[in-house]
Amino acid sequence: MSSQTALESAAAARGTLVLEASGLTKNFRLGRGQTVRAVRDVSISLYRGAVVALVGESGSGKSTAARLLAGQEHPSAGTIRLNDQPVEPSGRRAFRRYKSEVQLVFQDPFASLNPAHTVRYHIERPLRLHRGQLSNDEVHKEAAGLMDQVRLTPAETFLAKYPHELSGGQRQRVSFARALAANPSVLLADEPVSMLDVSIRLEMLALLDDLRQRFQLAMLYITHDIASARYFADEILVMYAGQVVERGPAEDVTQQPAHPYTQLLVSSAPDPDNLGVALRNGAGRDGRQPAAAGPPLENACQFSARCPLAVDRCRAEAPPLLQVSSSRAAACWRLDVAAPSLYTGREGGGDVTS
Amino acid sequence: MTTDLGGPVPLPAGQAGQGRLAGEPVLSIRDLSVVYRTVTGDVRAVDKVSLDLTAGEIVGLVGESGSGKSTLAYGATRLLRAPAVITGGSVHYQGRRMDTPIDVLQLTSHQLAGLRWQEIAIVFQSAMNALNPVMNVHSQLTDVIRAHLRLPRGEATEKAAGLLDMVGIPRARLRSYPHELSGGMRQRIMIAMALATDPEVVIMDEPTTALDVVVQREILGQILELKERLGFAVLFITHDLSLLLELADRIAVMYAGQLMEIGTATEIHHEPAHPYTKRLLRSFPALHGPRKELAGIPGTPPDLHSPPPGCPFLPRCTEGTDACSHIDVRLARVTSSADPEHMTACPFVLPDRPEAATSGSGSPVSVRPSTEELTS
Repeated sequence: MSSQTALESAAAARGTLVLEASGLTKNFRLGRGQTVRAVRDVSISLYRGAVVALVGESGSGKSTAARLLAGQEHPSAGTIRLNDQPVEPSGRRAFRRYKSEVQLVFQDPFASLNPAHTVRYHIERPLRLHRGQLSNDEVHKEAAGLMDQVRLTPAETFLAKYPHELSGGQRQRVSFARALAANPSVLLADEPVSMLDVSIRLEMLALLDDLRQRFQLAMLYITHDIASARYFADEILVMYAGQVVERGPAEDVTQQPAHPYTQLLVSSAPDPDNLGVALRNGAGRDGRQPAAAGPPLENACQFSARCPLAVDRCRAEAPPLLQVSSSRAAACWRLDVAAPSLYTGREGGGDVTS
Repeated sequence: MTTDLGGPVPLPAGQAGQGRLAGEPVLSIRDLSVVYRTVTGDVRAVDKVSLDLTAGEIVGLVGESGSGKSTLAYGATRLLRAPAVITGGSVHYQGRRMDTPIDVLQLTSHQLAGLRWQEIAIVFQSAMNALNPVMNVHSQLTDVIRAHLRLPRGEATEKAAGLLDMVGIPRARLRSYPHELSGGMRQRIMIAMALATDPEVVIMDEPTTALDVVVQREILGQILELKERLGFAVLFITHDLSLLLELADRIAVMYAGQLMEIGTATEIHHEPAHPYTKRLLRSFPALHGPRKELAGIPGTPPDLHSPPPGCPFLPRCTEGTDACSHIDVRLARVTSSADPEHMTACPFVLPDRPEAATSGSGSPVSVRPSTEELTS
């Protein structure tokens, strides 16, 4: 189907391909024959030293996609390749080896650290699990080194503390250090800053960026804040209802969004330079249709019910990701209307593979 | 359940009369101080904060978590419980039907019941937790309406349906339970509930923080529209300054329990006076316009168990001088501003202060403590 082989990722310029997921799909069975299609045919490539952002609203499947990549869930379909080797989901040992390469940082630093253990325990446990046979001295030294890396100094003071003695920002730093303890090549960060105060968010993103550079991490940055993705990521993937609806270089996607959903997302972000004008005009509302319209059909464009541009074709047939430039693609039949400046003139664009 | 609430209670000065003069504040908070009494001493959560709210305006209250913004709002409405204690100040409320303002801090709990909801309503932060999961929307709305308006059952149901119409939710949803509704719908129901009794002041505590940007924008648009139609005043509490720049008429910036700056949204946006406000404005990435240099605010707010003398922002301030540790934090007018009500607590940005002339080139504290969150 729409594998993005011909599409050039904006993140590829930074380094070599590490993790490649193609056609990832996850269905959750609810019983009584009902299924939630949480993730549908999502392809993500992560490169050394590059950040790919996964942007979407809650329930769009972005966290499920991260859990699939982290090996926490088994995909219903699709493949994951790490360093060009297929990932075998079976076996404790293989799973542990995979986990030492691919680490996940969670959103809530208040829930992701064990309140009964010190920081030292949180850092040293992955060191012992993933770094082979280290002597006690080596483990202590490594732990102190990691604390320096995330700038929790003096290291010994912080290693002795319990999570409740730390601020939110400090806890999230501990989460970063814990993830780095396994010496991973891929870091999946699931909303790493959204629980933190605005004043320290930037600092944490700067720290993540610094770690990415120093450790040459391939990073997936999951967020609902497309503005932060603009500054932090190389490539942005926009998810809606389990599907990637648009992907491309961060600056292009935010400044010239092609898909109507991305356009709605971008226009909904607070814009202080445009004081209240959009709010008072109710600009945020064009995307809203009466709830009576009901959910779109299984094989329709999932956004068609809220889309101001939807036509009959959108309600009958789901668009694949259509390439609009060498590095951009959007899943929309109406790109000629939605983004005329990007539209190349081909009927319905062209399938990426064709 | 509704009977023991007591229903409407006449407020002390609540006689019909000419009412409030135009431009007079509907809610006036003066030098309010709140402390939390703990075993290790008092935590100074709110320190001598004054704030006015005029009918029909939206005042944004912005600050980091722990800055005391919610404590201020709950203190002013007497919703705080021990260990929180109001240690000073006054809160006056004057509704349009009242001759003289009433002193909220002096009301008995019986009189408070009459003030709450009918005069001042609150939309709480988390709609998921604020709605009762085992009561459907109809019961929760009619409960409020019957307790405060004393309407018979049928009229209460009709009123509840009207409220849903007002916030754009289909009437069929009256039968739904909270878990059957989306986050945005729940928040709309919270807003409908707050407006059920036609209050004059609505306090909104981070009403949209848990929501997606698209839904957030819809709800903010709705709040603006309802405010213009019904004429209530809003105190909007949030940590998102970018949102307030767009929504609020005036913005009050709070830090470590004190007001750092207050002014119109335009003034705060274009002519911020206090260093903290300036740094906050550079802390969020802008989606629109050219990419600009971003800088967070390194460090953490002071421990309010033992607040440092002088300006609480000093350890994180890049413009601070030695004199800052001696100043009395007090709002003063920004004389350079066109807006006569633009006030800041930083004396070193005011051109008419003698210190200001030297502060720019003077002696900025050269050795900043490297506050990489070391302080705790």
